Amino acid sequence: MGAKMFGARVARLEDPRLLTGRGSYTDDFHLPGMLEAAFVRSPHSHAKINGIDTAAAKAHPGVVAVYTVADLPEYLRDMTVPFQVPNPAISQPFQQRLLEDREVCFAGEPIALVVADSRYNAEDAATLVEIDFDILPGASDCKSALDDNAPMCHANSSNNEGAKYTVGYGDVSDAFANAHLTHREEYWIHRGGGFAIENRAVVAEYNELQDMLTIWSATQSPFLVKQNVVDMLGWESDKVRVIAPDVGGGFGPKTIYYVEEALIPLVAKELGHPVKWVEDRRENFLATNMERDQYWDMEIAVDAGGKLLGVRGKMTHDSGAYMPWGIISPYISATTLPGPYILPAYELETRVALTNKVAVTPVRGAGRPQAVFAMERLMDRAADKLGIDRVEIRRRNLIPTEQMPYALGLIFRDGKPMTYDSGDYPKCQVEALRIADYEGFRARQETARAEDRHIGLGIANYVEGTGLGPFEGATVRIQPSGRICIYTGGGDSGQGHWTTLAQVAADKFGVGIEDIDVQKGDTGKIASGVGTFASRIAVNAGSSVHLAATEVREKALKVAAYMLEAAEEDLDIVDGRVVVKGADLSVGLAEIARAVQGMPGFSLPGGVEPGLEATHYFSPSQSCYCNGTAVVEVEVDPETGWVDILKYSMAHDSGTLINPFVVDGQVQGAVAQGVGNALLEWMIYDDNANPVSASFAEYLLPSAPETPNVDVVHIESPSPINPLGVKGAGEGGTIPAPAAIMSAIEDALSPWNVVISGAPITPSMIVEKVRAGS
Amino acid sequence: MSDRRTISVTINGEAYEREVETRLTLADFIRHEVLLTGTHVGCEHGVCGACTILLNGRTARSCLMLAVQANGQEIMTVEGIAPNDTELHPLQQAFQDNHGLQCGFCTPGMLTTLIEFLGDNPDPTEREVREAISGNLCRCTGYQGIVAAALDAAKRLKGKETAGA
Repeated sequence: MGAKMFGARVARLEDPRLLTGRGSYTDDFHLPGMLEAAFVRSPHSHAKINGIDTAAAKAHPGVVAVYTVADLPEYLRDMTVPFQVPNPAISQPFQQRLLEDREVCFAGEPIALVVADSRYNAEDAATLVEIDFDILPGASDCKSALDDNAPMCHANSSNNEGAKYTVGYGDVSDAFANAHLTHREEYWIHRGGGFAIENRAVVAEYNELQDMLTIWSATQSPFLVKQNVVDMLGWESDKVRVIAPDVGGGFGPKTIYYVEEALIPLVAKELGHPVKWVEDRRENFLATNMERDQYWDMEIAVDAGGKLLGVRGKMTHDSGAYMPWGIISPYISATTLPGPYILPAYELETRVALTNKVAVTPVRGAGRPQAVFAMERLMDRAADKLGIDRVEIRRRNLIPTEQMPYALGLIFRDGKPMTYDSGDYPKCQVEALRIADYEGFRARQETARAEDRHIGLGIANYVEGTGLGPFEGATVRIQPSGRICIYTGGGDSGQGHWTTLAQVAADKFGVGIEDIDVQKGDTGKIASGVGTFASRIAVNAGSSVHLAATEVREKALKVAAYMLEAAEEDLDIVDGRVVVKGADLSVGLAEIARAVQGMPGFSLPGGVEPGLEATHYFSPSQSCYCNGTAVVEVEVDPETGWVDILKYSMAHDSGTLINPFVVDGQVQGAVAQGVGNALLEWMIYDDNANPVSASFAEYLLPSAPETPNVDVVHIESPSPINPLGVKGAGEGGTIPAPAAIMSAIEDALSPWNVVISGAPITPSMIVEKVRAGS
Repeated sequence: MSDRRTISVTINGEAYEREVETRLTLADFIRHEVLLTGTHVGCEHGVCGACTILLNGRTARSCLMLAVQANGQEIMTVEGIAPNDTELHPLQQAFQDNHGLQCGFCTPGMLTTLIEFLGDNPDPTEREVREAISGNLCRCTGYQGIVAAALDAAKRLKGKETAGA
């Protein structure tokens, strides 16, 4: 038997193709007769459209068609993107139309679609579409958008409040009445995006002979694309197939369904040609959803020993102009705040503001980095005011592992009461501090200060709901060749599902992962699916692979027992063959697979159903909760404001690990995104909500020199609520990063009493704070 | 707009002659005319580095060049790095062994950039590797696996040289 695959640190099966240029991303498809599309988008954040003239564009060489609202089939002219996750707290659930011809509400909103023989000609013609706009004032900053005299995001609304709700538990007034110390502060986290290096892309082809529409999309969620295409366009579900081929990064924004994913199939069918649209980077800045803008006005109450008594406050969340995913992000924020601490009383009122910007939907971390920022800053403030070490105040409040499972008193976004299923938060903090050499830090700091260098250390903890339901299924099939194939619905945008799902199945058949294929993200290969987001694939699809592979193994044993005339309990599976233990008698999985294909007129061996395969749709009872501790050591130059991350340490508990190598990569990449959120990434808008940082020259992504190596220590607290004990691992690195980095910068600049209440912080902001403090 | 020229370029050792629009970018020429789709386009303004190719052995951003500017020149793309269809180049192998890629989209530009860099600097420090790839954005890995792969590849390539000498 081969080495155990589950849990092994093995290299990825995906890599050789991707390293040699043999990947197939959506823009790599070249279909015969294919046309290319370009969009005409609003150049204004808010405007009334008086008229659209497409005559010159239509006359441009190479142009095949130009679509405005008036050119769409009548039933689609006022059709909006389906509202994905309704909630009674939402009062104004504005959704985007396929194209707009009355009022555009963000810069980048599509108005017309040009289809031509080449992208070059399509773009030329797009510039010839003449639109008569009346420019309207835009609602920009989300807090000011809720003021009485603010410009309206949607001209016919009477206010910009999209939703309002309060979450909490316990007696907050009592907590504050009995507090030894309270602290109130406002925090601000600004907007950024996912910025996968591959932009969005859609290719659609209608096959008239088969009456079949195939859509290739750079999406995380092919089944959501299919569902929305079917719902919006009214096509039969079995006539639509959506495939997520290789996807060049996702990070949340590619989870969401976009109007382009309906329009491209629609025009492909209408024109009788395959049509391709590939978003360019400018469009990506304008029209791909973003996240993070929130203000938190928060107050903490503690006793004399630093024990938490209560937290209360108000949060304002920027939703952008539309709410395709309702209040998912701000709701996750609100329920993430208590984190790993025993917090006896909590109350947060959230107001969601409509602004004239592209919609806000989850980006890696999904509302959590903001909440962790607010909570961890409050912990730092309480510690500082009480004269307790920032590490010590956390230690005193962490939920002890004996109290697991721990019911928080809140309802999570899955509608289930929030119960932390497992975890050892104190151990996680201890381990992070150990690898960070926290013991030696104050001596390092003193030595550095003697050399006029300013180093500081920051810490942040978090808990994250992962493995969101309702399900992600898997079919495991042994093919007549003996090769094992796994089919699952979520797309792969770099997570390495081929490798990790193969690791889940391999041990059941005593084979190596190279004997297993994984076909993912294709609605033609499995009946149902959801998608790759919310750190959910290992939990949902992984568990389904486990259940399906177990069933296939049992079936193989049953059929083999019949074929070998042996008792099932005397059989084992070794190297892809069913063997009779202690005897020189065996049958290969290939022969068993062929035997259960059936022969006309003959019974199937052992009376089983045909096919050596099984499908399962694992549905978790609730989310499972990953957690971690980040400890960051920085050096700050008070003259230039430059922050150098000297050491980034992270203890990470995502339950049982399928492949530590892959999880390390997930944590490292997620941390880099958190570093961007803390120090670099800042989507800037003017007072009318027109974007002013719409290129990588103005919006800075972390590059190699300023991104730290991350020392990761894995704590494995198995989740009791799925058969593998796994939890999600894709987002944890991002979540505590801004909080921990700001804490470290403050510590480094403590001689100047620098206080940081927002993210990102740029060098010039740091210099200003140092000057104000000296 | 429709000014066209005939150009000849050698890509990965193979000669191509095509009539192209003068405004066609080199990246689009490689991807959509020659159909070598391993070279990727991530930003079209020269920042992300995904489209990096080797032009006469030196790195160039194929999104910022016109195809006609490559007339008569020699190009290497990611498809030309491996010695054959079944083996990986030591740099590619180091990427797999050090988890130097996740989604794979920035990878071709990382590889071409590092081929040039390791040729110029066969024994680099970590800092030098980080500077060398500072014009290539990766959103998945946090660069840690990429840097480890480059340092590992430097060792492997040196070992190969010594073995061959």
